[in-house]
Amino acid sequence: MSTVNPAAKKNHNPKLAVILSILLAGLGQLYNRRYIKGSLFILLEVSFILTLGEFLNYGIWGIMTLGTLQGVDHSIILLIYGFISIILIAFAIVLYVANVKDAKRDALRLQRGEKTPGFREAVKNVWDVGFPYFFVTPGLIMLAFIVILPLMFTVGLAFTDYSQSNQPPRNLLNWVGFDNFARLFFQTGGAGNNIWQDTFISVFTWTIVWTLVATTLQIALGLFLALIVNDPRIKFKRLIRTILILPWAVPAFVTILVFAAMFNDRFGAINTDILAIFNLSIPWLQDPFYTRIALIMIQTWLGFPFVFALFTGILQSISKDWYEAADVDGASRMQKFRSITLPHVLYATAPLLIMQYAGNFNNFNIIYLFNEGGPAVRGQNAGGTDILISWVYDLTFELNQYSMAAAITIILGLIVTGFAVFQFRRTRAFKEEGNI
Amino acid sequence: MSRKAKSHLEVALIYVFLIFMAIVIGYPLLWTVGMSLNPGTSLYSAQLIPENWSLVHYKWLFTDPSSDYLLWYKNSVIVAVANAFFSVVLTSFVAYAFSRYRFVGRRYGLYAFLLLQMFPAIMAMVAIYVMLNMVGLLDSLIGLTLIYIGGQIPFNAWLVKGYFDTIPKELDEAARIDGAGHLGVFFRIMLPLAKPILGVVALFNFMAPFVDFLLPRIILRNPENFTLALGLFNFISNQFDNNFTRFAAGSILIAVPIAIVYLLSQRFLISGLTAGGTKG
Repeated sequence: MSTVNPAAKKNHNPKLAVILSILLAGLGQLYNRRYIKGSLFILLEVSFILTLGEFLNYGIWGIMTLGTLQGVDHSIILLIYGFISIILIAFAIVLYVANVKDAKRDALRLQRGEKTPGFREAVKNVWDVGFPYFFVTPGLIMLAFIVILPLMFTVGLAFTDYSQSNQPPRNLLNWVGFDNFARLFFQTGGAGNNIWQDTFISVFTWTIVWTLVATTLQIALGLFLALIVNDPRIKFKRLIRTILILPWAVPAFVTILVFAAMFNDRFGAINTDILAIFNLSIPWLQDPFYTRIALIMIQTWLGFPFVFALFTGILQSISKDWYEAADVDGASRMQKFRSITLPHVLYATAPLLIMQYAGNFNNFNIIYLFNEGGPAVRGQNAGGTDILISWVYDLTFELNQYSMAAAITIILGLIVTGFAVFQFRRTRAFKEEGNI
Repeated sequence: MSRKAKSHLEVALIYVFLIFMAIVIGYPLLWTVGMSLNPGTSLYSAQLIPENWSLVHYKWLFTDPSSDYLLWYKNSVIVAVANAFFSVVLTSFVAYAFSRYRFVGRRYGLYAFLLLQMFPAIMAMVAIYVMLNMVGLLDSLIGLTLIYIGGQIPFNAWLVKGYFDTIPKELDEAARIDGAGHLGVFFRIMLPLAKPILGVVALFNFMAPFVDFLLPRIILRNPENFTLALGLFNFISNQFDNNFTRFAAGSILIAVPIAIVYLLSQRFLISGLTAGGTKG
C-alpha cells in the first residue's frame, strides 16, 4: 500500500523520530508534524523535571544513604521520600516509553503517507485508546500510595537497623543487609542469646497448626450442618438457618471480647457456671495449651456460619437428577456424598475456602482481642498463642523492634504469596483469561 | 430395627444436634444481653439473669455527659457512608476498565489484585502511621477513611470485575451501535445491571468501620475522633472487669442493627461472593 500512495514520505525516518523522542519527550512528535501533541509532551516533561526534579534527587539520595547528619536527617522520612521517588520515576518511565512508541507509530504512518489526524480526531483517538487508563488512574493512585508504598516501606525497613535503641530522629539508620533474617533464623549463641530463633520456631509452628486446625474445623462443621439441615426430613429450615448464621452476623470483635470475659479464669461464666457443675476449673487464660484450645473453639464458632451459608447455597443448586441416577445404580449414602456432593461443593467454593485459610493465617483480631497473644512464655519474646501477625504487632507497638517486625512481615508476605499462587491455579477464570 | 424407625432415630439425632448448636450459639449472645442489664459495673457480681435488672447502662451511654457514645456513633456513620460511596465509585471504575478493555498491564494488574487482597493492612501499619503523620492526617477521620478506601480496592475490584464479566458483551455492542460512548455504556448498561454486586460492595464497606477496631486504634488518638468499635474496646481494655456491663450494653446497640442487616441480606451477600468469587 505504501508503495502506491503518492503522499508517502519515504525520506521520513522513524528511527530519527525514536531517537528524538528519547532525547526529549515530544521532539519526535514535533518531527512527525504533530505540533500540538509535541508541545504538550515537552511542556509535561519540563514541568515534571522542574517541580519534582529536586524532590526525586533528594529522595534517591535519601534512600541510598538514609541520611548523613545525625540529628538533622530523619532516616524514616528519607526512606519514604525515596520510595515515593521510585514510584514517581516508575510512572514517568511508563509514560516515557509510551511517548517513544507513539513517536515511532506516527512516524511510520507519516512514512506510509497516511493522513495526519486533525485535532478533533486526535483528541477522540486519545480518548478511545486512553480510556481504560483514565478510568483506572484514580484507583491506581490510591492503591500506589495506600497499599503498595506502605508494603515497599516495610520491605525496606526489614533491611535496616531500626530498633528501640536506634530510633530516628535521634539516630541515623543504616542498611544492614540480611542481618535481621540471620538473627531470626540462625542466632543460637550463648545463654539467652537464641531468643529470636526459639520464638520464631514456636510462633511459626503454632501459626501453621492454628491455620490448619481452626480452618478445617470450621469448614467441616459448616459442611456437616449444611448437609443435615438440607435433609428433606428436617422441618423449620428457615428458622434453623437463621439461628446458625447468627455468629456471622454479630460483629466479631464484640463476640471475641465477650468470649474473653466468659473464659476468664476466676469469674468467667465457663468456669463459674458450666464447669463448676463438674467441679472443674480450667486456667483458660494462664496456660498456653488451654488458651489455644479455647481459641480454636471460638474460631470454629465464629467461622462455621459463613461456610454453612456458602455450602447451603451450592447444595440447593445441585440437580436432583444426579442423586436419582445414583439411586438407580444402588449407591450408598456415603458413595453419593463422596462422588456427587463433595466434588460439586468443593469445585464451586475452592477459591473462597482457600481465602478462609489465608484469613485465619492472618487472623490478628481473635488472637489479640482474646488474650493479646498471651499468656507470656519464658525465654521468648512472644506470647504462647501469638501467631506471626500478632507477634509483628507486638514487636512494633510494644517492643519497638521495627526492623525485626518488618523482617517477619516479609516472611509472612512470602507465605501469603504462596496462598495466592495456589489460588491462581485453582481459578478457572485465569485459564480462560489467557485466550481473551 | 425397621427402616422407618431408623429414619426416625436419625431425624431425632439431627434435631438433638441442632438444639445443641442453638444452645452453643445462643448462650454467649444471651449472656451478653444479661450482662448489659445488670445494674453493677463489675463482671464478678454480675448474674446471667439479674434479679433487679435495669437499663442504667443504656441510659448512661446516651445521657451521661462523660459518655461519647453518640459522638462515636456519628463518627462511625460518617466514615461508613464516605467509605461505602467512594469505594463503589472507585472500584466500579477500575472493574469496568479491567472487564471490558484490553490494555497494556491488564494481566499483571489482575495478578496484583489477587495477591494484594491477601495482604492485611496491619502488615504495613508502621508505614501507614508514619505517612499519615507526615501529611497531617493522623488522628483524623479523613485519614482513616482514605486508608479504608485504598485498602479495599484489590478485593472489591476483583469481585466487581467478576460480576461485570457475566454481563453479556452484546449489550455493550448494541448500546454502541445506538451511539453510546465509553461512559454511556458504563453509566447506562453496566452500572444498572451490576446493582446487586455494587450493593454488596457498598454494604461491606459500610459495615467495615463499625466492626474494625485495629486501624482506628493505630490512627486515632483523641476520644472525640473514635469510632464505635474503638470506643467500646477502650471501655474494657484498661479496667477489664470494671466496665464490662457498660461495654455489653454499648455492643448490643451496634450488634443488633448489624446482625439484622446481615440476616436480611445474607442470601444476597453470599450469592454476590460466589458469583464474583468462583468466576475469579
